[in-house]
Amino acid sequence: MTKYVIKRILYMIPVLLGVAFLVFTILSLTPGDPGSIILGITAKPEDIAALNAEFGYDKPFLIRFFNYIGDIIFHFSLGTSYQSRGPVMADIMSRFPNTLMLAILSMAVSSIIGISLGIFSAVRQYSVMDHVCVVVAMIFASIPGFWFGLMLLLLFALKLGWLPSFGASSLKHFILPTLTVSLTSAAGLLRLTRSAMLETIRQEYIRTAKAKGASEKRIIWKHALRNALLPVVTTLGGGFGASLGGAIIAETVFAMPGMGTLITTAIRQKDIPMVMGATLFLAVLFSFVILLVDVLYAFIDPRIKAKYQNGGKSRG
Amino acid sequence: MAETTQTLRSAGAARGRKKNSQAKEIWRRYRKNKAAVLGLVILIFILGIALFADLIVPYSKCIEQVGADRLQGPSLAHFFGTDEYGRDLFARVVHGSRFSLFIGVATSLMALVFGAILGASAGYFGGVVDNVICRIIDVFACVPPILLSLAVVAALGTNLRNLIIAITVSCIPGNVRLIRSLVLTVAEQDYVEAARSYGTSTPRILFRYVLPNAMGPIIVNTTMSISDMILSAAGLSFIGMGIQPPSPEWGALLSNAQTYLFTAPYMLVFPGIFIILSSLAFNLVGDGLTDALDPKLKD
Repeated sequence: MTKYVIKRILYMIPVLLGVAFLVFTILSLTPGDPGSIILGITAKPEDIAALNAEFGYDKPFLIRFFNYIGDIIFHFSLGTSYQSRGPVMADIMSRFPNTLMLAILSMAVSSIIGISLGIFSAVRQYSVMDHVCVVVAMIFASIPGFWFGLMLLLLFALKLGWLPSFGASSLKHFILPTLTVSLTSAAGLLRLTRSAMLETIRQEYIRTAKAKGASEKRIIWKHALRNALLPVVTTLGGGFGASLGGAIIAETVFAMPGMGTLITTAIRQKDIPMVMGATLFLAVLFSFVILLVDVLYAFIDPRIKAKYQNGGKSRG
Repeated sequence: MAETTQTLRSAGAARGRKKNSQAKEIWRRYRKNKAAVLGLVILIFILGIALFADLIVPYSKCIEQVGADRLQGPSLAHFFGTDEYGRDLFARVVHGSRFSLFIGVATSLMALVFGAILGASAGYFGGVVDNVICRIIDVFACVPPILLSLAVVAALGTNLRNLIIAITVSCIPGNVRLIRSLVLTVAEQDYVEAARSYGTSTPRILFRYVLPNAMGPIIVNTTMSISDMILSAAGLSFIGMGIQPPSPEWGALLSNAQTYLFTAPYMLVFPGIFIILSSLAFNLVGDGLTDALDPKLKD
């Protein structure tokens, strides 16, 4: 088991380097050099060249990449913004807590709603409530989160005036954005949990438990749930990515100072180091969440545990 | 000789008949699912709007600015109201359908092609090929899809072509993994072993035996992904990173409507409903196909 965890953690090193290389390469495709982006193309060529040298842009691509990685590792720096000429990391650090907060709240709310309604729906298959859950989940899975957010904004902020419509200064500000992000992802989770639960209920060991005379409650909670939740747990990592994505868009709806608005503003201003730093920052965070979910999964799935205890090898 | 031709021909005819009856069988099972039929009806409705947009309302109506009709609510003259320049929103929503459907279908198909090539090679050849492809996909999968799309848009700029590239790229990792695992399962089957044993070429095995047998889940996944792609495209356009405002794309229309949220909330309603309808249609059809294409569920 420890071997698996260590192996999985070591594998993170090349993956993270790969992620950095990917993001760096994509954003290096941007036309124009920092000098002409900041000073404009009408500036004197020597000024542009001087600025390019300041940003290290006069070096070849691979050297720039290794410098970038070196700066991250040794100076915890993600470069200098073209726009503010200050460190990218400072902007990220001031915005990141909002996005993280929104993503975590959304994950929590959508897991609670999605998983519990999914179980409920499966246990009461073909009941009226099951049909309602399935239909509502299908509709929510088709609603663009930001549109739903705008509707919430109209109702709760404008018509009823119960909740603030923009900003991130108090927990109250997070209610509408959290609902926006979580309800659409809860729909997917509900469908997944429901089908996993239905599949588990049809297994032989559930029939055995029934035959032994175990109560329905005991069968659901002790026998079915643990197994049905395994496939659900594997999707939680991806779910966090979806929450991050949802948060990025919801921030625009609710004018929230977070990573999403930071990135979109930076894209408009052609502030490439900012886009690169913010994207990489979130990607690294996401990678660690995936790692965490994988390790967690290995702990709760006895099959994986057994595979490693018997000294068996697995792929990947 | 003539006899052989005759046999071959009748075998061909039998195969043709079989295919036909299989399609019928799938349709019979599909038809039983009322939600799936509803999805198909919505889908045909939206496709009809996109195909015949010019017959429903000429494109000139999308750009015609009537100063006296600014920010008018829905009425008989303007079914969906007008925007801040007095442009008819009905015309803009109708013509916007072309963007959303085109983007949804184009990105899903492109992601399918890349996914099939990479996923099938990884699953079928295994070894080094599999390792290389999987490691690259691991890296791509570590960047949340929307961030990958944003990075591509940031590098290439905002327009229709780049939006399609951006969304396709973010969708490829999932497709590669799905198709790889499907191919892994199918490649172990006896009929693939048999085909290999009498010397069938690798591409033929892949395209004639492996991929067709993995087709069901692939078709379902592609249909459902069109729905996701429509939502992603609308989301990116909404935050100003997709189709740019003068074009009547639904997400862009909503982005514009946000400015007039308090004065003209009706501007939000119709583009939103059309996004939901088209996304819902592909979801319902995909759901219906899941059951209809699964031969194990034959009753």
